[in-house]
Amino acid sequence: MQTPHAKSRSFPFHIVIFLAPAVIVYTVFMIIPLIDSLRLSLFTITDDKREIFAGLNNYVLLLTDPKWSAAFQNAFWNNVKFFIIHMVVQNSIGLLLASLLVAGGRARSVYRTLIFAPTVLSVVIIGFIWNLILSPLWGVGESVLKAVGLGALFAPWLGLAWSALPTLSLISVWQFIGIPMLLFYVALLGIPEELIEAARVDGASGWTAFWRIKFPLILPTVGIVAILTFVGNFNAFDLIYTVKGAQAGPQFATDIMGTFFYRTFFGSQLQLGNPAMGATVAGMMLLIILAGVIVYLFLWQRRVATYDL
Amino acid sequence: MKKVFVFALLALGILALVACATPATPAPAPTQATAAQPTTAPAQATTAPAQATTAPAGEPVTLTIESWRNDDLKIWQDQIIPAFEKSHPGIKVVFQPTAPTEYNAALNTKLEGGTAGDLITCRPFDNSLTLYQKGFLAKLNDLKGMSDFSDVAKSAWITDDGKDAFCVPMASVIHGFIYNQDAFDKVGVKVPTTEAEFNQVLDAFKKDGTYTPLVMGTADQWEAATMGFQNIGPNFWKGEEGRNALIKGTEKFTDPPYVDTWAELAKWKDYLPAGYEAIKYPDAQSYFALGKGAIYPAGSWDITTFNDQAKFKFGAFKPPVENAGDQCYISDHTDIALGMNSKSKNPDAAKAFLEWVATPEFANIYSNALPGFFTLQNTKVDLKDPVAQEFVSWREQCKSTIRNSYQILSRGDPNLENELWRLSAAVVNGTITPEEAGKEAQAGLDKWYKPQ
Repeated sequence: MQTPHAKSRSFPFHIVIFLAPAVIVYTVFMIIPLIDSLRLSLFTITDDKREIFAGLNNYVLLLTDPKWSAAFQNAFWNNVKFFIIHMVVQNSIGLLLASLLVAGGRARSVYRTLIFAPTVLSVVIIGFIWNLILSPLWGVGESVLKAVGLGALFAPWLGLAWSALPTLSLISVWQFIGIPMLLFYVALLGIPEELIEAARVDGASGWTAFWRIKFPLILPTVGIVAILTFVGNFNAFDLIYTVKGAQAGPQFATDIMGTFFYRTFFGSQLQLGNPAMGATVAGMMLLIILAGVIVYLFLWQRRVATYDL
Repeated sequence: MKKVFVFALLALGILALVACATPATPAPAPTQATAAQPTTAPAQATTAPAQATTAPAGEPVTLTIESWRNDDLKIWQDQIIPAFEKSHPGIKVVFQPTAPTEYNAALNTKLEGGTAGDLITCRPFDNSLTLYQKGFLAKLNDLKGMSDFSDVAKSAWITDDGKDAFCVPMASVIHGFIYNQDAFDKVGVKVPTTEAEFNQVLDAFKKDGTYTPLVMGTADQWEAATMGFQNIGPNFWKGEEGRNALIKGTEKFTDPPYVDTWAELAKWKDYLPAGYEAIKYPDAQSYFALGKGAIYPAGSWDITTFNDQAKFKFGAFKPPVENAGDQCYISDHTDIALGMNSKSKNPDAAKAFLEWVATPEFANIYSNALPGFFTLQNTKVDLKDPVAQEFVSWREQCKSTIRNSYQILSRGDPNLENELWRLSAAVVNGTITPEEAGKEAQAGLDKWYKPQ
């Protein structure tokens, strides 16, 4: 379209200028390190610090060598458990809290703030507080259970192999439950009152109205919450590191991808770091997260119906 | 068309999210470098004038010490450095510690950048050996005073062939048991010397019920390995004899001495505080310091903590032997030494300081300022702290050894020291048997280690 109007339009420099800060900062601090990390995962490092190209050897080693694959699988399945607990507990309770908040009540804004509060606290503080609460020596956990007659149920949950990971997952759920709650809350607020009124006139109970009308309308938000949880969980590291240290004990029962990566890349105690294998673990984390995101984009995002309200 | 664009934008956004969320591996390197900068800045500031002033005679030279012992800053500033400066006019010393967890990385960065101090505090074994092999640490074979150290003392800072020493040994830590004297008096038991007596004492406390017989947790894992396995173990594997046999490959972790050590540890389970699986090291320390326990498997560094916190009288006894009169062995672990930056601008002054570190004068000040860190010199030091005296007296009755996982055996992957943490904690937790622990430790070692 060669119109005089188009001719007068010169190259849009202002767009370049507006984009530049973000693009430069993002490239330097995110994209380049990410690509360099992927590059490093294709090399081995010799004792005299030379990097030798090894192709996909590191990945083969990670997936097939008995020692590496055992550690990797342990971390991966622990991470899957960590994610499932978040999906089931965090997101369903988050949805319940959101619908309770939408229903009204005088103390609504107080509850909203209180429930969201732990999310903004530092993970180190969260880890420390829960360590104290659950401490078998001076924790308030045991006394609270005793007060309601359930003292016999108390166990040193953070130290037992079967319960350490679920306990840590629930601590993380407790901290981050505000996020799905808020997202669901906003989505539910966006549903016009007329729809619900119409349903009520048609004789739908509150329960039916929720599952037949509200829930389908917030399905896109359910997807977003799920993918945020997935990405967040497969990158989780800080809580486990704070509470259990890099060795993720007992017997690696709380080892997830993040701690496995940390231990491999930086080493711990007398174990020296192995940057190439560490980069390989990071590469696997990227692949896992990418796989989840692709599932979300192609299987969920495309199929789920969105309605303009 | 518009739809495709929106979709592409969304995809880009999600990818960005993934990228943000994936740990960018090389990123920590620059942060470490920047973290090191603020601490190196003063070093540069202090070494620079020294350089400028070495030429005119009589002007003071300034030495900088790199260290991870930030807890000891006051002791160095108020006691050690003034004593040195008094006898060596013309040399000024600056003690410049980094946080323990950052020390190794920060020191490496500084050494590679040429901004490290003149004197380098040495970690034991491979960490310092690597620095020496890279040429960052000077050879100290001819240093005056090096002959005042035993071979065991020097073993942590010497090449594998035992030829070149590169750090002056400063101190070791000794393992044993600290006990609550009041509790022992009240229940009416005596300090045990044999395993049988040890178990009788524990039973007596358990029966009495006032005190938790044994105070330790396994949540941090290292307590079980360091204060458990390495504490009582030397009596089983006969100290250096067993440690060298492991390196030579003539003994294995599946052999009786090691399995028996774990079997003994497994017995501790019944005497530990309830919920010990989730008790962390500082909690165990506080619990014992509050007077709630009878016996505490200890490292000598705990003396300072209990001197500050405990309101009761406490003493120490050495790891029990099998039969009365048996030769006893103790873990007298070489922990800290001082070396010289090979690129130091003031090598003569740095050597003068190292020679002073090898003198009894330094040993006296250091050991008394930090009860629980014992000098490695052959000359005797008068310790004022009674519990520290008790610990150090075992050196004369027993044979000393170091932790068996530290020399050579922790060079590979899986790392023996870290495996011992995991396995010892699991044995005390009762999730694996002593035999399984032995098998797993040996299998891990066999994966990479060829006996020498």
